[in-house]
Amino acid sequence: MKLNLKIWRQQDAKSKGKMTDYSLGGVEGDMSFLEMLDILNEQLINKGEEPVVFDHDCREGICGSCSLMINGEPHGPDRMVTTCQLHMRKFNDGDTIVIEPFRAKAFPVIKDLMVDRTSFDRIQQSGGYISVNTSGNTVDANAIPINKHAADEAMDAATCIGCGACVAACKNASAMLFTSAKVSQFALLPQGQVEATERVQNMVRQMDLEGFGNCTNTGACEIECPKGISLENIARLNREYYSANLKG
Amino acid sequence: MSALIKSSLARKVVMALSGLFLVFFLGQHFVINVTSVFAPDTFNTWSHFMGYNPLVQYILQPILIAGVIVHFVMGFVLELQNRAARGVKYVSYKGSANASWISRNMIITGLVVLAFIGLHMYDFWAHEMSYKYIDVKPEDPTRYFEETVHKFEPFWRTIIYIISFVLLALHLLHGFASSFQTMGVNNKYSAAIKLFTKVYAIGIPAGFIFIALYHHFNQIPH
Repeated sequence: MKLNLKIWRQQDAKSKGKMTDYSLGGVEGDMSFLEMLDILNEQLINKGEEPVVFDHDCREGICGSCSLMINGEPHGPDRMVTTCQLHMRKFNDGDTIVIEPFRAKAFPVIKDLMVDRTSFDRIQQSGGYISVNTSGNTVDANAIPINKHAADEAMDAATCIGCGACVAACKNASAMLFTSAKVSQFALLPQGQVEATERVQNMVRQMDLEGFGNCTNTGACEIECPKGISLENIARLNREYYSANLKG
Repeated sequence: MSALIKSSLARKVVMALSGLFLVFFLGQHFVINVTSVFAPDTFNTWSHFMGYNPLVQYILQPILIAGVIVHFVMGFVLELQNRAARGVKYVSYKGSANASWISRNMIITGLVVLAFIGLHMYDFWAHEMSYKYIDVKPEDPTRYFEETVHKFEPFWRTIIYIISFVLLALHLLHGFASSFQTMGVNNKYSAAIKLFTKVYAIGIPAGFIFIALYHHFNQIPH
């Protein structure tokens, strides 16, 4: 199939970017979206032009590196997939595809479609961990019995790959779904209780410091999340935060 | 505690609690108004009580006005912060693909409701203030029903009220349920709460529309 691509090109973080049009033929339905961009880049390199910069790593929906706003939706029109799992069969011959970076003040563009998502790392570093001895005196994970329901919910929250689609989709560029998943995965487990108070306070504080917007419960994040992280996590984050602060 | 006050979650709590308070007030307002359809004397009695009871006038009324102001100011602050958080706007943004128009446009429905509150205050509250404190007219517990019915005589006012109530219903359809999510309520009762909020969000404004239309078409001679 032949596609018309409108891609955001931006030299560096300080430059002003603009949309650039490309025409790309020979695209197969079985290609992933990133493979389609690989072909475009090969052609650009052969023509002596600069290839389009975009984030990618595992290309199997695990790492959370690939981003891209595709026709106004993070990771494109498909549900529960990352951009690397999006196939070109979702598009038709002659389609125009608008490709932009994830937009948020807290996700500044580095170049073209690549954005700096280290704000997520800083939220995680501020409290998304538990302090356990892992050298020489490791406690067996199964030594503490955990009921199946809590374990399942914690696991569901832990599947967040930190891709940033929630922020990209949210009209407010809010990072509540990400932060809530990272808080929930520990809040549901006994191992997470020791640092529970500081964790939620620090992670919310860091989230605010990074300049993400406020959640207005539109639910866009849940729909666009490639891992199906539920809004229930945001309600849990709220509960955890209020009780942590009211405790003192 | 100080961290809570400064946080983004605190702003959400302020929106949620002030919103819930206004929703509760709306229900109480409806209960009194609906009596004007089938029991004018009861409507007069309750309206007179609300207009002259010191607790209502000097404590509840200022709290209500403060609630409206806080809800509006905080909503506006959140809107500005949220717009700034995006930074560079998308060339293509398909908001309808993942969220309802209602949830994405609370500022629009909210501003219409605010404008309506302005008109409503002019229509009824300003009149009451003038009657009681400027003209210093004597108490008359029988005047409210007739005054209310006459307010809905002009077609334009009835239409403005109806449009405003439709937008209020849209505002409540997202806002009422959303306030429970903000307060952290997400459990086995969530589905029932969501259903209740939807019935309330549509039912109460629909009731107000019915009252406005009823009085418009059942005018009494001046």
